[in-house]
Amino acid sequence: MEQMLRKERIDRGIRVRTEGIYAISHWQELTYLILPRLLLIGGFFLAPICLLPFPYWQRIVSIICVYGLLAISFDFLANFVGLVCLGGAFFVGVGGYVAALLNTQLGLPSVLSIPAATIGGAAICTLLFLPCLPLRGIYFAIVTLMYPLIFSRIIEAFNLFGGTDGIAGVVSFPNVWLEQYVIISLTLFGLFGLRRLVNEDIGLVLRGIKDNDQAVKASGIDITRYKALAVFIASLLGCFAGAYLAHLYMWAGISLFALDFSIMPIAATVIGGGGSLAGALVGSLIIVPISELLRAFGTLRIAIYALILTAFIVFRSEGIMVYAQRKYHQFERWVKV
Amino acid sequence: MELLIYGLINSMALALMALGFTLVYGISRLPNFAHGALYVVTGFATWTFIHSLGLPYGVAIPLALLMTALIGTFIYQFVLIRVRGMEMSEVIATYAIGLAILEALRWAGFKGMTYSLPVFVGGSVEILGVPVDMHRLLILGIGALVFLAIWAFTHFTRLGLALRGIAQDEWAAMMLGIDSDFTATVALAIGSALAGLAAVVLLPLGNIVVEAGYSVLIFAIAVCIVGGLGSWAGAVLASFIIGFAQILSVAYIASHFHMVVALLAIILTLIFRPSGLFGRQKELEERV
Amino acid sequence: MREPILKVSGVSKAFGGVQALRDVSFEVYPGEVFGIIGPNGSGKTTLVNCITGFVRMDAGRVLFKGKEITGWPPHRIANEGLARTFQIMRPYYSLPAYKNLIVPLYSPRARKMGGWRGGGKMGDRDTVAVDILEEIGFERDSFVPYKPASALPTGYLKRLELARCMALRPELIICDEVFSGLSMSEIASMIPLIEKFQMGGVTLVMIEHRLKELFRVADRVMVLNFGEKIMEGTPEEVIQDERVKEAYLGTEETRDA
Repeated sequence: MEQMLRKERIDRGIRVRTEGIYAISHWQELTYLILPRLLLIGGFFLAPICLLPFPYWQRIVSIICVYGLLAISFDFLANFVGLVCLGGAFFVGVGGYVAALLNTQLGLPSVLSIPAATIGGAAICTLLFLPCLPLRGIYFAIVTLMYPLIFSRIIEAFNLFGGTDGIAGVVSFPNVWLEQYVIISLTLFGLFGLRRLVNEDIGLVLRGIKDNDQAVKASGIDITRYKALAVFIASLLGCFAGAYLAHLYMWAGISLFALDFSIMPIAATVIGGGGSLAGALVGSLIIVPISELLRAFGTLRIAIYALILTAFIVFRSEGIMVYAQRKYHQFERWVKV
Repeated sequence: MELLIYGLINSMALALMALGFTLVYGISRLPNFAHGALYVVTGFATWTFIHSLGLPYGVAIPLALLMTALIGTFIYQFVLIRVRGMEMSEVIATYAIGLAILEALRWAGFKGMTYSLPVFVGGSVEILGVPVDMHRLLILGIGALVFLAIWAFTHFTRLGLALRGIAQDEWAAMMLGIDSDFTATVALAIGSALAGLAAVVLLPLGNIVVEAGYSVLIFAIAVCIVGGLGSWAGAVLASFIIGFAQILSVAYIASHFHMVVALLAIILTLIFRPSGLFGRQKELEERV
Repeated sequence: MREPILKVSGVSKAFGGVQALRDVSFEVYPGEVFGIIGPNGSGKTTLVNCITGFVRMDAGRVLFKGKEITGWPPHRIANEGLARTFQIMRPYYSLPAYKNLIVPLYSPRARKMGGWRGGGKMGDRDTVAVDILEEIGFERDSFVPYKPASALPTGYLKRLELARCMALRPELIICDEVFSGLSMSEIASMIPLIEKFQMGGVTLVMIEHRLKELFRVADRVMVLNFGEKIMEGTPEEVIQDERVKEAYLGTEETRDA
């Protein structure tokens, strides 16, 4: 008799059992759930050690995390709260300048200046975005787009905070390992923390604002306050990235408001897959090394990202991560009937 | 007195910059964030036509305007038409295209002092005791002409009336047989050409720099927000307000205040009167 | 004479050239069911939007429990105890039904009003949400509250919308066409729910198109036509009124004999 073959999903039975309490009933289900996450966390934590002989690439890992933070904050705001932030560079600039000022003017060590810059910078950013929060989403997009451009020009024109030279002499980190692992752990913390947050009650409120803000208002929730909260959370991530960069490069200047920091996170999110937060991190994992390789092209880099971004938006691609997630649930193998 | 004249000129300059943007948004609700890029690219194109192709000034300008209008058409046909209606995607897409153009220009070497356009007419004139160069006066004249031309176009020609119809009520106009995509293409072409026109009129005052692309975008948006997105009268009024504010603050407070004034104008408008001076959008009044 | 719980006076609203509402005034007394009817386009939903703060009125005042709420933002009005349903519902389709109630339970009013029966100190909104759904008629101890909202039929979705209001423990609910889109049996099962609201002390203002069903529950009814109030009275009075008939059916041209 002939053997008939048919396709069967590898995770047949397992996936269903991973919903709910059955997830911990058998090692198969546990592995199914934990493996991707373990890969991500393990990969990031092992990277600095593996790359020890290549300090250039060690730094790239840090930069990946920086852009990853920015991308996660963009994804969070755009796909979970409905606020499209086109100027992530603003967070970076504010965070960086505040950290540099705290360090050079007040002499705070990096261990104090970074947290202070993160929280203080986030407060400043939220305050500055406050006027456009009650309005339609497009106003937020416009304002976020313009703020980094405007502020960098103001700093340059008035020669504030060191003008085009910037603030030099910011101290670096006590040791290299700290430099690496602080940003890695905080990036992962931000990622998993936000993923947890959006499923909590308050996350539902924020997502409700995106889906149906009229109903949320009619349910007695002050939308502006929660939008401000979302912006505050996102700017925490962005300002931390900026403060970290200030200490990494031991310098803070107008380039912190550069378009790179606005466009790359958006490109990373769109390519990596919006709406999943992890996709944003994966996207920056892809884009940052490519950007380094393209460094020879100077500002043409930005043009290239912009075009890729346009292509993704126009053709409404779902992004790599979302595609991968779908496929992960769909691995098949041939099985005898 | 000096302030009055320079204020007028500055206001007209702002109005010219903003006209293209507000026209496109008013007609087709398309936020064209590539506006600044179109401005700059026209400037460089004119320069290239004059210096590399040796064309006379009078030919280079219309050619560059045509080229920019074509670019605008392409932007609509290949990109915007697919994301029509999704505001965020429109903003991101046009901004990305604008960025691509500007940064590509920067990479291609268009920087430095050598790039400038000659003024139309040299010399200066004394008005009420204030010396004003002819070109600046020309800006006033050309600006007024342009506004008159646009007004006449939208009130007296079939195409212009169609554009106004779409601006007022898109669905009703479509039901009367006006093709929304076609008018959007036309609007974007005209808007781009206007951006280019602003460029060729204003750039002779200085050098052509890529940075101007971002500045022009900022000023155009500031004018539109203050005047109300989509309102032409509002844009004109707003450009006068912001224009005079800029000149006055530069004179009395400090130089380089152009950006600060723009920023303050945006923030104050959003706080106190978000729909702008003549905003027809009435964003705060929502319908369920 | 009891104090009205809701007092609307002189509300006018124009959209562009169209006068949607013209000088509408009425009062609603605590505990009654007040109906608002009128042909299509008479301004009923606009009236609700004006009262609940979603649309800014050109003129008029609204007093709720004696307090002036004119010009308040919608969330503030909801927190004061005036809830409304939406004619076109958009629940969070991918979320289970009870999760849809988390948002209103997060509001300051829900938190202030404290624990629902058995729900404890608002610590566990999920339990409270399921309790509310049971109150509103989802089958007790079944898995219906846990189904995603996309799997629920219209009748349940309407109840979900009411549950969204109930989570706020309101004193007055404005129901915007809750009966529309329901079958006769679904309406029949909604009516005990409405009576239950009444017994619980909640005042109802019901905007309806389905007059027969409305007249079964309403104490008083107001009729709007082209944005103006043309009549107010008990259901019996309204049915007989000439102006109402004319508004809905039009007049016959009378000719001289």
